Amino acid sequence: MSDTPMIQVRVWRGTEEGELRAYEVPRRPSQTVLDVVTYIQRELDETLSYRFACRVGMCGSCAMNVNGVARWTCRTHVDKVLGGAKGPLELAPLRNMPVVKDLVCDMRGFFDKWAKARGYFEPTATRRDDFARVSPESKQRRLAEAGIECIGCGVCYASCDVVTWRPDYLGPAALNRAWTLVNDPRDGAQRARLQAVAGDGGCHACHTHVSCTERCPKGIAPTASIAGLKRATAMAALKGDV
Amino acid sequence: MSVRTETLLWLAQRLSAMLLGVFVLVHLVTILYAMHGGLTAQEILSRTQGNIGWAIFYVLFVLAIAVHAPIGLRNVLTEWLHVRGRAADVLLTTLAVILSVWGLRAVWAVFAQ
Repeated sequence: MSDTPMIQVRVWRGTEEGELRAYEVPRRPSQTVLDVVTYIQRELDETLSYRFACRVGMCGSCAMNVNGVARWTCRTHVDKVLGGAKGPLELAPLRNMPVVKDLVCDMRGFFDKWAKARGYFEPTATRRDDFARVSPESKQRRLAEAGIECIGCGVCYASCDVVTWRPDYLGPAALNRAWTLVNDPRDGAQRARLQAVAGDGGCHACHTHVSCTERCPKGIAPTASIAGLKRATAMAALKGDV
Repeated sequence: MSVRTETLLWLAQRLSAMLLGVFVLVHLVTILYAMHGGLTAQEILSRTQGNIGWAIFYVLFVLAIAVHAPIGLRNVLTEWLHVRGRAADVLLTTLAVILSVWGLRAVWAVFAQ
């Protein structure tokens, strides 16, 4: 055991007030950051709180701040963060959300903004209607396709400086979701949605820093979606539709 | 302020920025070109006075500034100083008027015969 290389880990303990506490975790091949956190919780300190579910990059639960960068920890290898170094591996809860305890943050505000941006489907058809036919090749379908794989992990939101200095800003995830619905020809709330994402705290507050696009683990470009919303709302405003 | 007005302000700022990009470039290149062999104030005025084309150019330049700058400052007030609402809008509209009058007065002084 004494030959096992160790990682020097520092983990945020506390709520909004707290401190980084040091741990030593044995290094393993193909070890993920989530493996490191799980090791600490199971072997060293069972009072550590963190959140995870699927462990394979589907559920969006395990995002944390890893050495200053928001990442999905289940799909982030320690080697990718540390390279050959022994540490420090510094783990903290995501930015821009209140801390519940340790690595767990309160995502209510984040998801409330999805609702505020009308990031939900508003059906127009009934069960008596035939299936809607949307060609996979249509422009709208392709635009929606580009943003549809979001898992709601909050990495983009935690990486966005506009959210930091303007807490009412809807943020990249909610606006990206709204954009996929703006491009859904089956949806019946287009005008209300454009109304919801325009103006104060909406898509026009985006400064195109591109941090969301840089950090998104799913390779989505919320910046492009927000740019699409800016154009769509500007056209709607000219026509008097918002 | 209504969502529509907010959106139109955003659009106005982007469009005025596009114009300003062109105006600033033309302005600077013209100055560099005109100043090449040295130039006096009298020589400048002899070229500008009565020149309708350049007068229109600078009138548009001034108006683009009067649109662009206050909207940008409004965003700065909102985001960095958390100042918003009617008082801020009145202040910035006043700024737009001041910039217009100031600039158009200068255009008049240089281009009027």
